[in-house]
Formats: sequence, structure tokens, C-alpha cells
Amino acid sequence: MNKMELINFVQDTLIEQKEHPAFKAGDNVTVHYKIKEGNKERIQPYQGVVIQRRGAGASETFTVRKISGNTGVERIFPINSPSIEKIELNRRGVVRRARIFYLRALRGKKARIKEKRM
Amino acid sequence: MSGLIGKKIGMTSIFDASGKNVPCTVIEAGPCVVTQVKTQDKDGYEAIQLAFDEKKEKQTTKALKGHFAKAGTTPKKYVAEFSRFEKGHQKKFGDVLTVDIFIEGEYIDVVGVSKGKGFQGVVKRHGFGGVGQATHGQHNRLRAPGSIGASSWPSRVFKGMRMAGRMGGDRVKMINLQVMKLIPEKNLIVVKGSVPGPNGSYLILERWS
Repeated sequence: MNKMELINFVQDTLIEQKEHPAFKAGDNVTVHYKIKEGNKERIQPYQGVVIQRRGAGASETFTVRKISGNTGVERIFPINSPSIEKIELNRRGVVRRARIFYLRALRGKKARIKEKRM
Repeated sequence: MSGLIGKKIGMTSIFDASGKNVPCTVIEAGPCVVTQVKTQDKDGYEAIQLAFDEKKEKQTTKALKGHFAKAGTTPKKYVAEFSRFEKGHQKKFGDVLTVDIFIEGEYIDVVGVSKGKGFQGVVKRHGFGGVGQATHGQHNRLRAPGSIGASSWPSRVFKGMRMAGRMGGDRVKMINLQVMKLIPEKNLIVVKGSVPGPNGSYLILERWS
């Protein structure tokens, strides 16, 4: 086995890959994230638009952007994080690129994303 | 002490029990063969010699072939000596050591040769601050070392003055790296954090306890 195969083997054996609905940039998702407070655990939903998916395999991450109050908030989640309870796909968006960073410069009505008709 | 010879495979990250994303290095360690046992009587000190990584027979000198044949093994690429090996775990000539000698969760030291950086200036090599200003009369002296000593006394530069020069390629020991996981069937060991050297380089893993 070469080095890359061994790395992939380690990732596949040590990281549990979960089943999530297929989503991509432009989609609106809710991430149910487990938060530990002391010794209590609760689930916090985080809803926003996926602006990129990055990396491959076990180490893939995705970025979710939302407007909280009047400021934009972006959070990066490792897709295989054990803290993610589940990912809910709210609506699919029509975008022309895989990384929609242009959304950061847009506000209000301009920052809307057209919904994809199934 | 107990130890093994390994090869750096590369870095990745895994999630620990509390769900934290932990940066890790994957090392292929062992199986290592004891090719020589040095004793107080014969050599003046106690040590064992371990050998790791297969080597082609035709690339091996006759002298080394004989050395490995004596231990009943095939030629190996890398040998290293380990002194003060654990009492009670005294290894015999020809014994094979695998990653089983380590336990998940314990702390080990990893020795390697750091990546060569070439000829570097003082800012990168010794962490000098540089001048810090681009204006106020600075012409091309942004990363210059500044004064290297006084004038009439001592009329020389002190030994060990930190200057530009070759950087990297040194023997570096990383101490107290936690063993995150062991995968004995593939001879792999996953340690927390980084280790010196490029991927594919040889490493010496030590445990002092």
C-alpha cells in the first residue's frame, strides 16, 4: 500500500461516515449540532445557506452562512463530525457555481437564491 | 525505555471521544527485528539494535547480508540502536517487535530529521523581528540582522552569534505525543500532532516510562 492509501485507510477506519442528504452550494439546510454544557447535552439547530463544500472523503467540510440580526455569520462544519446530529435539507437553490462567495457582498432582496423546482 | 523504528506516512485528523477534531500523524512502525544485542561485557554498554524496512538483496553489501543473516532475517534499510531498553522486556537476538509494544493513550517521543529549508536569513532561522518599518529611511534592510557586536572592544564577533545560514535537516525530537490509535494489522500508529521530516522519512519512536 502506498502512503495515500494508508492515509485513506486510517480515515475510513477511524472516522465514522454518516449518511446525510445530498446537498450542495446554494441549498438551505438546518444543521442540528450537539452542544455540551457542563455535563448536559442539547441540540442547537443552525439554519442557513451552504456556500461551499470543501475537501474530499472523511475530512470534507461545508460552510453555512446565515444572517443573524444584521450581521452575516458563517460556520464551518466537518461533514463527519460526531457532534452533528442530523442535517435537514430545507430547499434546493439554483446557483451556477460550486462556491457562492458572491453572496457575502449581497444584502436583503439581492441575497435571495432562486428555488430549484423538482 | 522501549521503542520502534517507523516511517512517516502523513497527516490527517480524527475525532476524539469528546467529538473534537484532532490533528494526527500516521506512522507505519515495525515490524522491527533485533539484529544485535550489545552487552556490558563485550561492548562496554547495554543496547539493542533494531532494523526496519525491507531492502533488495542485490542492493545489500556482503558484509550487511551476513549481519542480517546472522539474526535470521532479510536485509533491512534502516538500523538504529536503542539503549536502556526496558528491564524484564529484554529482547533476544532475532526477536520481532511490532506496534503492540505501545498502548493507546500513552505518551511517546518521536525523533526525526527536519525538512531542509536551505540557506535562510535570521528572521526565519532565528526568529529575529526584522526592522519593522518600511519607511523612515529603510532602503533594503527590512530583514537585516542589525549590529553583530561592538567596535574596538572586543574587536571581533563572539562565537555562536546567530546569523544567516543553512536551516533544517537537523535531528529533532518531539516529546510527549499522545498515541491516539493503534492499528496492528497494518502496523500503523496514529499520534497526536506533527512529527519532524517529510512524508516517507524514517522516525524513531521511544517510550520512556
